[in-house]
Amino acid sequence: MSAGTADFVASLVKYGLMFAIFINVAPIMNWVERRACAYIQDRPGPNRLGPLGLFQPLADALKFMFKEDVTPALADKPLYLLAPVLALLPAFTTFVVIPFGPDIVVNGRTVPLVVANVATGVLLFLAISSLGVYSLVMAGYASNNKFSLLGAVRASAQLISYELALTLAVLAVLIPVGSFHLGDIVAYQQAHHLWNFIPQFIGFMVFLIASFAETNRLPFDLPEAESELVAGFHTEYGAMRFALFFQAEYTNMAALSALGVTLFFGGWTLPFVHLSGWLGAAVGLATLLAKVGICMAVFVWIRWTFPRFRYDQLMRLGWKVLLPLAILNLIVVAAMTLAGWL
Amino acid sequence: METVIFFLFAALAIGSAIVVVTHRSPIYATLSLVLTLFSMAVLFVLLGAPFVGVLQILVYAGAIVVLFLFVIMLLNVQKEEDAHVDRGVQLWIAILGAVVFLGMFWLAFWRTGLRIGGPAPAPLTEDLVSLKGLATALFTDYLLPFEIVGLLLLVAVIGATVAARRPDSETVRPDDDYVTAEDPSTGPVLPREARS
Repeated sequence: MSAGTADFVASLVKYGLMFAIFINVAPIMNWVERRACAYIQDRPGPNRLGPLGLFQPLADALKFMFKEDVTPALADKPLYLLAPVLALLPAFTTFVVIPFGPDIVVNGRTVPLVVANVATGVLLFLAISSLGVYSLVMAGYASNNKFSLLGAVRASAQLISYELALTLAVLAVLIPVGSFHLGDIVAYQQAHHLWNFIPQFIGFMVFLIASFAETNRLPFDLPEAESELVAGFHTEYGAMRFALFFQAEYTNMAALSALGVTLFFGGWTLPFVHLSGWLGAAVGLATLLAKVGICMAVFVWIRWTFPRFRYDQLMRLGWKVLLPLAILNLIVVAAMTLAGWL
Repeated sequence: METVIFFLFAALAIGSAIVVVTHRSPIYATLSLVLTLFSMAVLFVLLGAPFVGVLQILVYAGAIVVLFLFVIMLLNVQKEEDAHVDRGVQLWIAILGAVVFLGMFWLAFWRTGLRIGGPAPAPLTEDLVSLKGLATALFTDYLLPFEIVGLLLLVAVIGATVAARRPDSETVRPDDDYVTAEDPSTGPVLPREARS
């Protein structure tokens, strides 16, 4: 087997593994979200089907598959059908740059545990995830419904506004490391025995708030605010097509959590633990998943704790607070790096 | 395999570019533009310039075209209105533009000595396409053009702000107590006098 073919096969296997993990995020989170919100609101939640109601997502999936698939008569058919598929594409692409373990040796060949080992890692993540907005816009426009359209307009404005703050917060992390490669960022944190969220606390807070807005989660779920827009851009979607949007939302959350964990919480590494080989790979993957799981729990916790922002408040927060803060953070980090303090 | 990917995305880029200029629905044209830019980014990656490719997606496909779509949706442009009335001048300008473009294209080929089937040009060196090489070139050899472009963008931003302001500057949106049939978030912007 030539080197190119071997790399291709290795990438395919790694992508298959990550895909198998990420495709299960939505059903699991569906159950977690409903049980957690029930717990926060002091009620039992879905607890009938299977132990602790664990089979509920299965029932939901069956329901989605057998529901009648309705297309509005005046909808723009091609765009209407394409939008949910396009929502999934970026969601299932971005996680390829997330490293999930140390290098392992297979048949005498070193295999880095990241699907796409590219130098422009972080930028590729941000670029692909910025394409997700098109599916929302297409869905809103093609549905031919004023609520959908308003939801889509809100979604695109919100995503553009918060993308700037998010990107600037990420850039500040890259400056002391001097690389776009996520593996280098993990190695840097391991070498300094310090996770980035301590020296980069302002950047981390900006990243956290902006990622809530980027994933359309409460308190920033204005694009689908049910009390004013019915369901926003996916008002006219039902059955499996709705489920695809749902799946994309949770996959995006998981991917963004994985990016945040890699940038600010040491990625797949554990403090003071240095394992290598297959054991190291297994522990690394488990560590990454555990950290992502904690992030997802925070997403759920915040959702059922905070009320929704008003739209003008959302825009003011994004442009007048987060963006200046992120720029200031960038300048301070650059100056400190130049002075040799980081 | 690289050749297959190249021809796939080259065809996609050309095909979607044709859709951009011929489709009558502005939404479809804009979405095709995204496809064109994405295909171009793939071609950049194939040429060994992944950074330029990623920036192409990040800046153009991810931000600027979203603003195009945003404006089209806000203005609710449904179909291109029939603009057959005054096509005469447009036609001549288009022909002129095409001639100038083809002339420049031919000049570029003639100057560089590129021939179809001729010897392949020297491949880009690693330090030229790497991020460090790009940044070094940008902030040393090309510093002045870089700064001028920055100034140009600043002027454009200020110009847009001035152009977007109404002559009677003070305009307000309807307040909560102002009863309109429309949604206040998309309702008309009324001059102050019109409210009292």
